[in-house]
Amino acid sequence: MIEVKNLAVAYQRLQQRNIALQDVSLTVPQGTVCAVIGPSGCGKSTLLKAVAGLLHDYSGQVRINGHEFNPQKLRIGFMPQNYGLLPWQTVEDNIKLACRIKDGWSEAKSGKMQELCRKLGLENLLARYPQELSGGQQQRVSLARVFLLEPDILLMDEPFSALDAITREEMQDVFRDLWEEAGITTMLVTHYVEEALYLGQQIALMSANPGTIAEVMENKWQGSREWKTTTEFFVKSQELKEKIKAMGARKR
Amino acid sequence: MKKRKVLLRAYLLGMLFLLLLWQAAASLVQLPIIPEPCLVFERLGEIFVDKIAVHAAYSLWRIVAGILLAVLVGYPLGIIMGYFRKADRYLAPLVYLTYPVPKIALLPILMLLAGIGELSKIIMIFLIVVFQIVVALRDGIRGIPAETYYPLYSLGAGFRQVFRHILVPATLPNFITAIRVAMATAVSVLFFTETFGTQYGMGYFIMDAWLRVNYLEMYTGIVILSLLGLLLFGLLDILEGRLCRWQMK
Repeated sequence: MIEVKNLAVAYQRLQQRNIALQDVSLTVPQGTVCAVIGPSGCGKSTLLKAVAGLLHDYSGQVRINGHEFNPQKLRIGFMPQNYGLLPWQTVEDNIKLACRIKDGWSEAKSGKMQELCRKLGLENLLARYPQELSGGQQQRVSLARVFLLEPDILLMDEPFSALDAITREEMQDVFRDLWEEAGITTMLVTHYVEEALYLGQQIALMSANPGTIAEVMENKWQGSREWKTTTEFFVKSQELKEKIKAMGARKR
Repeated sequence: MKKRKVLLRAYLLGMLFLLLLWQAAASLVQLPIIPEPCLVFERLGEIFVDKIAVHAAYSLWRIVAGILLAVLVGYPLGIIMGYFRKADRYLAPLVYLTYPVPKIALLPILMLLAGIGELSKIIMIFLIVVFQIVVALRDGIRGIPAETYYPLYSLGAGFRQVFRHILVPATLPNFITAIRVAMATAVSVLFFTETFGTQYGMGYFIMDAWLRVNYLEMYTGIVILSLLGLLLFGLLDILEGRLCRWQMK
């Protein structure tokens, strides 16, 4: 479970104090996906960074599974927008990286890695370097890395945004299948309403200036491929888009 | 294998081009100061083992020692300055103040302090090369996008892991380029420092031949210096190919 209480983040820019996040409170229940969505610049990524322990200058509280945040003890899977692959490491080394850092590589993990690579279609790409792969393939490597780690929580910062529409939908399905097996508590930042509706059991809508949680919605249809083709899905996504637009307009 | 053949052909063509240029200059000038290349290579064959090899070995040792010393000091310093902003804030002014000083101007002081033997020559190469390594590494680290560190930081990785998985590989191309630039500088500096206080080294050999108006031997020395450079650059290229495989893709 991820608990964020009264989180506030401010930064100094050209002698001006900017408030990125103010009074953000959000609870992501154990084994669920929370999709965070909102207008550009509302602080979605800042919120994710604070939860990932990448920001130190904030007030408020971030608790993971009931404990104070401690990256040494926790296993946090973090997927940045650009996939976070190291260009100097082969696909195989990139997949092993998180495990190597957390507890060192052991042969016991080889079986799980092979299985993941088979599921993700990476078996024949292990000796390649990330720059030799397509965007979709890089995304698969990044997914293999975080799921091999078996993290306590998974944080994804617009993970599918750099992909074309077809590959994006394909990758959403790949993620959904992996997630259903692992059931990892996940916070997913996205600017695609359809992605939020498809993947998030909970949708946290953020407003901007200063960034805060405006509304949290439950989404009982999460993960249903059938729902994606219904009129209701379309109506719901339009509603959400209107809300985000209104928030963006208010910001200006 | 095919790649290697192409590379070898390029090197051979380059050499052939230079030799043709040299031959053309010699034919045009018709003076002993520019002898024909075939005469120089003939002389080189005659005197290499007995006369030149020992001078080449001395020069090679001084270059390698000077560069190694510069790496030992410059590598950690560059990493610290690049990774820790606070350290850079205090160390950068020191580097900026001392980097532009022509180190050759310090040679008299260096000779008084370290003597006219090996040490002053090695320290001189070190002084010139170390700054290039420091600046290349620092800038290399600064060029790493912040997002590269995120997956490691979120896992609670310490400096050792960041150093191993990010800093070393990310700066390797910059580091090798710095060594490459430094190598050329080192050879030039070496030539100057070997003109006094020693009876060994390619600098001494070339100057000695020149003073004896033995142009053929002088040219054999120049050829050896050039081949020494080719050897060192070639080794660096091989090293880069092995260590930075990801860059070649």
